[in-house]
Amino acid sequence: MSDTQTLKQTPLHDVHAALGARMIDFGGWHMPVQYGPILDEVTCVRNACGLFDLGHMGRYHVVGPDAIRMVDTVATNFCAKIPVGSIRYSLFCLENGNPIDDVLLYREERDVFIVVNAGNRERDLEHLRKHAEGFDCEVIDESEDLDMIALQGQNSVAILEQITEGCDVGAIKYYKFDYGTVCGIEGVRISRTGYTGEDGFEIYFPPTESERVWNKLLEVGAPHGLKPIGLGARDTLRLEAGMALYGHEIDDNHNPVEAGLGFGISFKEEKGDYLGRAALEEIKANPKQTLIGITTEGKRVPRQGYKLFRGDTEVGYLVSGSVSPTIGTNIGTAYVLLGNEEVGTELEMDIRGKRQACLVAPQPFFSRTRK
Amino acid sequence: MRPTDRKYTKSHEWIMMDGDTAVIGITDFAVNELCNGNEGDLVYCDLPEADRLVEAGETFGEIESVKAVADLSSPVAGTVIENNAAIEDHLEILSEDPWKKGWMIRIKPNSTKLDGLMDAAAYDEFVAASAE
Repeated sequence: MSDTQTLKQTPLHDVHAALGARMIDFGGWHMPVQYGPILDEVTCVRNACGLFDLGHMGRYHVVGPDAIRMVDTVATNFCAKIPVGSIRYSLFCLENGNPIDDVLLYREERDVFIVVNAGNRERDLEHLRKHAEGFDCEVIDESEDLDMIALQGQNSVAILEQITEGCDVGAIKYYKFDYGTVCGIEGVRISRTGYTGEDGFEIYFPPTESERVWNKLLEVGAPHGLKPIGLGARDTLRLEAGMALYGHEIDDNHNPVEAGLGFGISFKEEKGDYLGRAALEEIKANPKQTLIGITTEGKRVPRQGYKLFRGDTEVGYLVSGSVSPTIGTNIGTAYVLLGNEEVGTELEMDIRGKRQACLVAPQPFFSRTRK
Repeated sequence: MRPTDRKYTKSHEWIMMDGDTAVIGITDFAVNELCNGNEGDLVYCDLPEADRLVEAGETFGEIESVKAVADLSSPVAGTVIENNAAIEDHLEILSEDPWKKGWMIRIKPNSTKLDGLMDAAAYDEFVAASAE
């Protein structure tokens, strides 16, 4: 048992406790892993809609005349080319090409709003501030001033539009954002993004309003099947949707090129140099391994660290795994040496000394937003 | 209080003498830690075949939920006589009745003395302390 006294709490912490959630230590935060059976929560998001507390994530605002130029020196994606009002996936890499985090960049007219992972909040902020020196911009930590929740699933529009004024939420395109009055709160940032492979929104508002917004959404969403969803289901949903999780598919030792995250990396000449660019170009030219998806008909669940074999030869290792109620088999992601990545290749994973057959599967396993 | 007709380990197994054999299972606390009362979250249980020799504290099997794998450790040394194969396909038995229907293995212990194990009162205290 971890010492829950030292863990950080989101503004909705006590609401989760009242809902009977099982709470765990997640990146130093006391967060709900599940309110009920994890697999039922996955199915609820796939078939109806789910509500997620994302208060633990970091929210930073780079503001000033040089904001975009500065971000382009640390981010792998090409910030200057993101249309105003659009959002792009990106990474912050070190010189060796390995990421310190993966992030979302919200492109504003002059400034850039950035959402980062809970576990990397502090070092991201330090990194940004260090590299902002010499630029005419400021990195503001808005994490404590803005709370964040996600509404994910096919019924998201029908639910959110009931409590929103001044913004046609259904008209916001995927990976774009707008502002509206939500629950009477003016200027709420509404973003058509998520981490589930479903349609949905992430919305930002003052933490003093968190409980009211959360409860109002659950109230108007109930007829649409909306339920609170914990981090356990969130992990399965993102894995089914083929989305990387820092600490699994990418980390201090796993670069985004081999992870298949090229869509978040710009090698355009106009972008100019940025941290990690040379290393990423080298890896792209000479990759050693690649990320694959695997499915297994066995009962046992693939988990991070299990080794993969092809015959007697060790060819890779798992970085994520889960039961997948959507696919109907157990699934995982793994790094394999090149030559073992063809879909349909038969491999075996070593589960604590026992072998279980698995197959290389196409990625993503499931997505309604990405085909 | 939990059943007083058996002894308990710190790794949350129970053992009950039955003549010169002993029956071993896991406690309600162990089941709950794995699946938080959601029996559908249990996915796999591997139990040893008859004639397998086990040492005290040795892993005799594994149980797995959606989010975790746990080793099953034998409280005493002995020889496995039979396993409760019904569990492997009906893991819900473990959350419904961990004390009787949810038994896992029957062994012939090398010694009929259950030394160094907790009684129900001590185990209740141990669980209460670890849950804080």
